[in-house]
Amino acid sequence: MTEKMIKVKINGIEVEVPEGTSILDAAKQACIKIPTLCYHEDLLPTASCGLCIVKIKGMNKKVRACATNAEAGMEITTHDAELYNIRKIVLELILSNHPNECLTCQRNGKCELQTLAKEFGIREQNFAPQLKQKAIDSSTTSLILDRQKCISCGRCVQVCQDMQDVWALEFIGRGFDMNIAPAGDLQLNDSPCVKCGQCSAHCPVGAIVEKDEVDKVWDGLHDETKHAVVQFAPAVRVAFGEGFDYESGEIVTNKIYTLLRQLGFKAVFDTNFSADLTIMEEGAEFVDKFLNNPASLPLITSCCPSWVDYLEKYYPCMIENFSTAKSPQQMLSALAKTYYAEKNGLDPKDIFMVSVMPCTAKKYEISRDENMSASGIQDTDVVITTRELVRMTKSAGVIFDHLKEGKADSLLGEYSGAGTIFGVTGGVMEAAIRSAYYLITKEDLADVDIKPVRGLKGVKEAEIDIKGTKVRVAVAHGLSNVKKVMNKVKKAKENGEEIPWHFIEVMACPGGCIGGGGQPYGVTNTIRKKRTEGIYNDDKKSKARCSHHNPMVQKVYEEFLDHPNSHKAHELLHTSYTHRPVYLK
Amino acid sequence: MSKLTLDDLRKLRGEKVQEYSRRNNEQDNSSIIIGMGTCGIAAGAKDTLNSFVEALDEHGLTNVKVKQTGCMGACNVEPTVEIIVPGMPTIVYGNVNKDIAKKIVLKHIIGKELLDDHIQDKPAMDIIDN
Amino acid sequence: MAYNTFVLICGGTACESSKSDEMYKLLQKEIFDNNLKNEVQIVKTGCFGFCEQGPIIKILPSETFYVKVTPADIKEIVQEHLIKGRPVHRLEYKPSEDQGRVKIEDIEFYQKQFRIVLRNCGIIDPENINEYIAREGYVALEKAIFEMSPEDIINELKISGLRGRGGAGFPTWLKWNLTKQENADQKYVVCNADEGDPGAYMDRSTLEGDPHSVLEAMTICGKTIGANKGFIYIRAEYPLAITRLEIAINQAKELGLLGDNILGSEFSFDIEIRLGAGAFVCGEETALLRSIEGSRGMPTPRPPFPSVKGLWDKPTCINNVETWANIPVILTKGAEWFNKIGTDNSKGTKVFALTGKINNSGLIEVPMGTTLREIIYDIGGGIKDDKKFKAAQSGGPSGGVIPEQYLDTPIDYNNLVAIGSMMGSGGLIVMDEDDCIVDIVKFYLQFTVDESCGKCAPCRIGGKQLLSILEDISCGRGTEQSIKNLKDISIAMNNASLCGLGQTASNPVMSTLKYFEKEYREHIEQKKCSSGKCKSLMTFTIVADKCIGCTACARKCPVNAIIGTVKQVHIIDQSKCIKCGACVTACKFDAVIKG
Repeated sequence: MTEKMIKVKINGIEVEVPEGTSILDAAKQACIKIPTLCYHEDLLPTASCGLCIVKIKGMNKKVRACATNAEAGMEITTHDAELYNIRKIVLELILSNHPNECLTCQRNGKCELQTLAKEFGIREQNFAPQLKQKAIDSSTTSLILDRQKCISCGRCVQVCQDMQDVWALEFIGRGFDMNIAPAGDLQLNDSPCVKCGQCSAHCPVGAIVEKDEVDKVWDGLHDETKHAVVQFAPAVRVAFGEGFDYESGEIVTNKIYTLLRQLGFKAVFDTNFSADLTIMEEGAEFVDKFLNNPASLPLITSCCPSWVDYLEKYYPCMIENFSTAKSPQQMLSALAKTYYAEKNGLDPKDIFMVSVMPCTAKKYEISRDENMSASGIQDTDVVITTRELVRMTKSAGVIFDHLKEGKADSLLGEYSGAGTIFGVTGGVMEAAIRSAYYLITKEDLADVDIKPVRGLKGVKEAEIDIKGTKVRVAVAHGLSNVKKVMNKVKKAKENGEEIPWHFIEVMACPGGCIGGGGQPYGVTNTIRKKRTEGIYNDDKKSKARCSHHNPMVQKVYEEFLDHPNSHKAHELLHTSYTHRPVYLK
Repeated sequence: MSKLTLDDLRKLRGEKVQEYSRRNNEQDNSSIIIGMGTCGIAAGAKDTLNSFVEALDEHGLTNVKVKQTGCMGACNVEPTVEIIVPGMPTIVYGNVNKDIAKKIVLKHIIGKELLDDHIQDKPAMDIIDN
Repeated sequence: MAYNTFVLICGGTACESSKSDEMYKLLQKEIFDNNLKNEVQIVKTGCFGFCEQGPIIKILPSETFYVKVTPADIKEIVQEHLIKGRPVHRLEYKPSEDQGRVKIEDIEFYQKQFRIVLRNCGIIDPENINEYIAREGYVALEKAIFEMSPEDIINELKISGLRGRGGAGFPTWLKWNLTKQENADQKYVVCNADEGDPGAYMDRSTLEGDPHSVLEAMTICGKTIGANKGFIYIRAEYPLAITRLEIAINQAKELGLLGDNILGSEFSFDIEIRLGAGAFVCGEETALLRSIEGSRGMPTPRPPFPSVKGLWDKPTCINNVETWANIPVILTKGAEWFNKIGTDNSKGTKVFALTGKINNSGLIEVPMGTTLREIIYDIGGGIKDDKKFKAAQSGGPSGGVIPEQYLDTPIDYNNLVAIGSMMGSGGLIVMDEDDCIVDIVKFYLQFTVDESCGKCAPCRIGGKQLLSILEDISCGRGTEQSIKNLKDISIAMNNASLCGLGQTASNPVMSTLKYFEKEYREHIEQKKCSSGKCKSLMTFTIVADKCIGCTACARKCPVNAIIGTVKQVHIIDQSKCIKCGACVTACKFDAVIKG
């Protein structure tokens, strides 16, 4: 079915666009960028900032380009002296309501308001400052909410309510005093917040930012009594380069290894290794249930800490279906302070474990409960996000793109293609299937690429034929897609029907971890696709494509853990869950 | 009360229009003015008043105003009533009891004829056109 | 037996707050005790409009118009007037002390009024559907269901020329037609009764005094556009109107004039009441619809307009109370009749809430085209205390001022816009020489800033900045840049705000800058406020040669700011003075002056 095309004139230039295109997008066809601030590609237009107003011939009121569709025959003026003047005054008004703290702000250089002020050539501020008086909320482990900087664009509210279905943020109050906060003006930590950080990823300014813990990392690195080690997630390797003008999706893994050593880490591990380990544990868990206890299905993945928090709050009835396997981050940290420490004659207390993640919720995960201290002390000491590592690299003076390619410490650093695809939605499922197939049939899949679980569709389903046995799987990403899946499962269970899926993967962030709350700013579906492509390329060029073929994984079982789900494996690599209240107050 | 059909509504409206039209004094063009001073009341003007009102109602006359006034002066022939009907001379009737009141409505107001034997006062013949 | 006397007592909120309900009950008791209950009917009606003189009691057929009645007067009224036939003269309305009482039809307040919307207010008991029916009520609905097609009805509205009375003046026939044209499985009819302009109570009075006119109109609209569900969104601060509406809806349902199969036809229409929760912005149509849906009352962009995508994304026809009240009359009396009233671009009448420095304040309804001079001086009885007229403000916080040179402008939609104001919902506030323009504009901005929903930057921040600048000006901190900033911010708000609240919030500023820039400059350059309203710019001083040292002012001063002993000239310590003016009142020798 072909789309209906319509012709419109933009600043005198005729363009042809599909019916239903917004004026904002139609203008791009005419090579015109209408200024926007509150608009974000991922979200429905809030239409609040007022910067994108344009003139339409025949209409006496100006309309917002982001929220108005182009119609056949429209004659639109996007830029002229009057519009420039109005937009400039609106911008000046916004600036008068914003603290003048660019130089000390965490978004310095990466702020959409700053960029607009630059592009509009604002040279003076004619309006007296009118600032909101609101305290900073740093109650969670992961995020800092500074409402004085908030420009009320509404992106985070839409993200938290519609995109993530968490409802931790809402507009509170009215008029000038309106601000963004949890219901009842509570602190974030008392709210349903799952720390996914999607709010901070969409915030145009510095109103919601990740807690910057680079200082703690430096402290650990500079402490001569400490043996600093580091791991980084699959999703980091295809996005870190963006901080240094690399294209999204370019794989810079080996340069990161070199960088980390240059920063002073004594050992550089790769979370992809423990991703493989997670598959071993979870794969065994799944196969055991599937073959011996199907009533206990479906099994639900649990490596995403936001998803864990969400399920504990909103779907506690499904706790018994959660895989008890820890996340790759926590598995690696536990092994670092036991297996690695033993092998190198180190006292676990001296090991300083840093984890670089695309994720803000990982900062929360490390102290979630006592399972996260399986080694006897807190397994992971500090988590920093991709963004923090970029800043750290720059302040350390490292010219990243000149670095030579390096290697990880192979003990906890070698990985298979299955490990690396953990970074995308569907990746955990695909990795699990690759190994589950082997566990059940003792053979490898002819084609390990399982396309039906790939892609950006909100809920993906697949039926895998394991030599006659059908295994049904579902993959959801973006927490608002969870209820579609969970409600179907609940209904089937209540009615005593067969469950729709045996194995379910959930990632809180749209796109999976590559679109995580701690990744470089400016994520759109285009960038998600590029980063995803990078991950699958990393998978394709890996020597081993399946977790059970990773020689270092085989080694750790031989030498240390014995076999998946062994007693030791359970002690170190598994966890438990509990029902948490949605609101703490 | 049960739900109305179109005919029910029109019937109801007809009934109520008459009932409440007395409040709408825009359409009045005739007046009955009854002397309600102490002498009038003592002579039974109240009953006269009620009689007029009933008679108007009975005949469905919605454009006749019934007013009260003070003593008109002819205390010996109370109750006195002044009748104003457009197109007719203004007449003051005397000794208007309940029955005369009814007759006035029927003959003077509806029939447009004077009740000669009850006239107390009327304008001089040379002023009006007969 | 039929009643011979009717006692109509005003039951509008204003008169109720002055005990009209108590008086109603007293009347009933007196009538009963004196065996008059079969002769005298007591009717609690809607607003008479002459609010300055309330509580009002009108007695028919003697046509007595009692004003400012108190409960203590009731016994006398019953004894003297109803029983003995002697009207209580001291309570009758007199235009001024030296004039005698006048006939109701000669009361100048009513002379130039023409009541269409308020046709039943002050005449019927709004809690009795039969009275509405008696006065041609539901005749229009009969026509709409049984005699006219939807196209006929729309055509009638088009010929009538009725424009929306909520303030924007959009042609009503067009709105109905656009909604009718949409194909949808569900459509809605909505009444905007969230009247929020300060000082406006036209809609309140209409709903309190004649709720059926709105119900009938909405039902007619449902038949025309193909909707069977209606909502009345009314602000919770109107409890009496809500009660009257509930009673009216129940009575209409009982008689089958609302609900399933109206008048035995195939057409069904139901109306539900939804209450507001204290937000002026919910009078904006998209915010109102979002509020009914249960979301935060914040406007959403238009297009798409409600007629295409409204309540729950369905085509919705939303009109103001006053617009609705006009509909039944247009269908019963005919569009041609309606079209003859008013000017060429504004047909029919407009209800205004006339308030401020005026002798006869109250609710009035005049044909479009009536001049401001007629309203103020003929109907309104002129400026209070014979002060000089300065300006009239129309359109509430969205409107502008009309200065003296435009007093003879015929009031209609286009003329008011042309001079920088707008019709708005009908608030009309009269100002005299003692009013300070800066102060008035500050008052409007305080309101707008308080009521802004906060969603869009131009209104949220711009409004606050405008208010801040006005506060500076009224406190003597204004500069040349202040005026430039006021103009710039107004341009931004006017063009880039998301909804009408923000787009028009700067109208009072722009309008007053156009006609009264001198007053602004006086505040800025001379740090002076001629009308004496801006306290910070006032200085109270004691004229030495008039002061005899009686100490009266010093004793009255609440902050001990006046220094002086007996028989000595007193001095005011400006650093302590709070500018309350008590000294001016205390001084018997005119020695304290304010300037």
